[in-house]
Amino acid sequence: MNFQSNTKTDFKVIGTRVPRPDGVDKVTGRALYGADYNVPGMQVGLILRSPHAHATIDSIDVSAAAALPGVKAVITSADLGIPEDEGLRDVQDNCLARGKVLYDGHAIAAVAAKDVATAKAALKLIKVEYTLLPHVTDVDEAMKLDAPVVQEARADESVPAGSGPNVTHFCEFGHGDLDAGFALAETIVERSFTTAATHQGYIEPHACLASYGNDGKADLWCTTQGQYFVRDLCSGILGIEGSQLRVTASEIGGGFGGKTTVFIEPVALALSRKAGRPVKIVMSRVDVFRATGPTVSSSMDVRIGMTKDGRITAAEAKLRYQGGAFPCGTVDMGAQAAFAAYDLQAVRTQGWNTLTNRPKEAAYRAPGAPMAIYAVESVVDELCQKLSLDPLDVRILNAADAGTKSSYGPTFDQIGLRATLDAAKAHAHYQAPLGENQGRGLSCGFWFNFGGNTSVSLAINADGTVGVTEGNPDIGGSRASISMMAAEELGIPYEKVRTIITDTSSLGQNDVTDGSRVTFAVGLATIKAARAAIQEMCGRVAKIWGIDADAVVWEDGCAKPSGPNAGDFEPMTLAEIAAISSETGGPIAGHHEVNAEGAGVSFGVHLADVEVDPETGSTRVLRYTVFQDAGKAVHPDYVEGQMQGGAVQGIGWALNEEYIYGEDGRLQNAGFLDYRIPVASDLPNIDTVILEIPNPGHPYGVRGVGETPIVPPLAALSNAVSRAIGVRLNALPMSPPKILKAVMSKD
Amino acid sequence: MKNIHVSTTLNGDEAEFVCAPEETLLDALRNRLGLSGAKEGCGTGDCGACTVEMDGRLVCACLVLGAEAQDAQIKTVEGMAIGEALHPLQQAFIDHAALQCGICTPGILVAAKNLLERNPDPTDTEIRYWLAGNLCRCTGYDKIIKAVQIAAADMRGA
Repeated sequence: MNFQSNTKTDFKVIGTRVPRPDGVDKVTGRALYGADYNVPGMQVGLILRSPHAHATIDSIDVSAAAALPGVKAVITSADLGIPEDEGLRDVQDNCLARGKVLYDGHAIAAVAAKDVATAKAALKLIKVEYTLLPHVTDVDEAMKLDAPVVQEARADESVPAGSGPNVTHFCEFGHGDLDAGFALAETIVERSFTTAATHQGYIEPHACLASYGNDGKADLWCTTQGQYFVRDLCSGILGIEGSQLRVTASEIGGGFGGKTTVFIEPVALALSRKAGRPVKIVMSRVDVFRATGPTVSSSMDVRIGMTKDGRITAAEAKLRYQGGAFPCGTVDMGAQAAFAAYDLQAVRTQGWNTLTNRPKEAAYRAPGAPMAIYAVESVVDELCQKLSLDPLDVRILNAADAGTKSSYGPTFDQIGLRATLDAAKAHAHYQAPLGENQGRGLSCGFWFNFGGNTSVSLAINADGTVGVTEGNPDIGGSRASISMMAAEELGIPYEKVRTIITDTSSLGQNDVTDGSRVTFAVGLATIKAARAAIQEMCGRVAKIWGIDADAVVWEDGCAKPSGPNAGDFEPMTLAEIAAISSETGGPIAGHHEVNAEGAGVSFGVHLADVEVDPETGSTRVLRYTVFQDAGKAVHPDYVEGQMQGGAVQGIGWALNEEYIYGEDGRLQNAGFLDYRIPVASDLPNIDTVILEIPNPGHPYGVRGVGETPIVPPLAALSNAVSRAIGVRLNALPMSPPKILKAVMSKD
Repeated sequence: MKNIHVSTTLNGDEAEFVCAPEETLLDALRNRLGLSGAKEGCGTGDCGACTVEMDGRLVCACLVLGAEAQDAQIKTVEGMAIGEALHPLQQAFIDHAALQCGICTPGILVAAKNLLERNPDPTDTEIRYWLAGNLCRCTGYDKIIKAVQIAAADMRGA
């Protein structure tokens, strides 16, 4: 699909900053999130979790718990079947352990009881006998040949012979002759890096309410990024047909990728089935940290060669990621993204995924990319320092552009990297003076973006208003953007459109809200649905006027004769056509179903100024500017919001956030007090510059914007701190003790 | 131990409820009084999503017992709008995109309202420190700080 020839540029609604339709609900407390749903007869569900990092479950005795008055059901993995599909089996085994517990916090059993006190008492009555096994939580330790084996025989066919027993996946990307490339370099820098696992840190814990009828029909309300995927996973695990399970997504209190799978939902359904009553489960914050997806932690080597005038001659990265106790493919995305910003003759990336005794990794905003690009951008910055070159000039010199064969294979179409680099170079921030103990860093960022399966229905109401029905939970204002695109296409005011997000029984499949796909793909389907409705309206008007349908055109919200030859008729507005629709053939609607392609890759550049206190090693971010290509910013406020929010998550990743495991393999900081996400007083304003290089794959030029902004902060801050203290840093987070150690090592 | 009968004032109206002795004010608000605007993000006073006002003071409702509400004046986000009229902070948050997912918004609005009642003309830094106990993971705080400033100016002018 290529819309380049007719990409629209004269907008009336797109690009304005209209109020979001869910705004009043969210500022008055009226909006209902996952934990806010209740139904009569509802029981409280609680989950028993492993206190051990790795152990065989020898026996589970639930008899005393089941006999406690007020307990309606107790379940273990024995209450579920064993799915044939390996991926589904992993999801299920992560929700309820089978045979072994694989990490501290792994779910073992669950109870449904009349109230919290009874459910808590019942959990204490469940007797589990374990045999402890050796554990491993560090990525490099887990890669070794003699490492404790997390799961037997989970390597896929990509893994080279002779790899350690925990390695599940290997990948390789690139092109050109590396040896020849490095031979051309005047300077080569090779460094190793590590990054800690971080959590998405959504403020709303996972929550769901399951109601399983005695007739086998079930309803599930839950906070999720994708109700259809929840339905597919849960119906597979429960062994019921998809049509019998209706999943409704609540308002979602943040996800960032972490709500793209299930943790408690199949458990609540199984409890409800056994109890014959509705069951609600709300996770505690401690359990969210222990048992839901953090991102991968990594260990990486990067080698880059450069000429003295700054041209990169060859580049190589080796990425080792651990994604917890089940196989994951995140390293593929890191290996593909690592050098995406550069036009290279010789490049190779290799990636390994290894199992560890940690919770299963879940997607976190541009999964796999931030750490890889952190390592690459750190080495590029060090080369610039060594060669006394301007780091922005070097990026501009080597920047990928339209026609560049990317480091991961595809040749880029129109991309905005050069525009963002030029904007950064021209910005006052880049020229502003720095003081003592201050440093400036920058980094490029990249994300692939995604389209995917999308279904949208658009109804023209008899009163001239429009209802759009879509199936993707709104995380950052997408209902506003979808209404805006419908209004733009139909030529009616934004206020005439209401967009709602429906349950799984009301539309065709919609992929999860991920991959920065919603404004792109749902927007595209909405525009197409509007065009279908317009075609129908023009047909109705043609009938009224007694002329051919193709002699009627749609302009400014009205059907008009296509020209003088078509006849002399007064234009009919959408409202006029809608009002008489029952006399012209019945209700008018449009719909569109598509597996959307052409998402259009996304690039950004961040500038960060920091000041490091040499006495304490603490870092203060003084100034921060985000430059990013949005294709076309449908609602600029929410594009800026994505850029600011992603940047601040990246700042937290760079400076503070990390999963800390003890010698016993248990998570030591499972709470917001010890896992410190950025608070308001930590931060400056986050300035934003939106570039608009239209995406040829969307009728309005839209590109996804949500994920790229978390990528650059890691290296931008590391480069800024390294320049401020005069020592290169190579591990995240740059917590004060690490910086202090680096400062003291200097003397 | 038997449940406790509590008489309190909630958003200006008299209210009564029974709660268990160990039950939090947050659970009492959400489960006994039907007000789900205050959210539980952590249950340990770290995130501020359950921020409410108790006798003019900001508290994390997850750290207060329901029984402590006896004879107290409790104010929640549900009491901010008067009829159809939104509070200037609520209007500014909508107009200036100061929320994304919105889960932290009730707590932040209650906290910001309390700030502006004490200090009608705060600096950005004062706002940032006042709201340091209210975690937001979506916005990076930038638009929240700006919306509070806009609401403050609006309220000073009114």
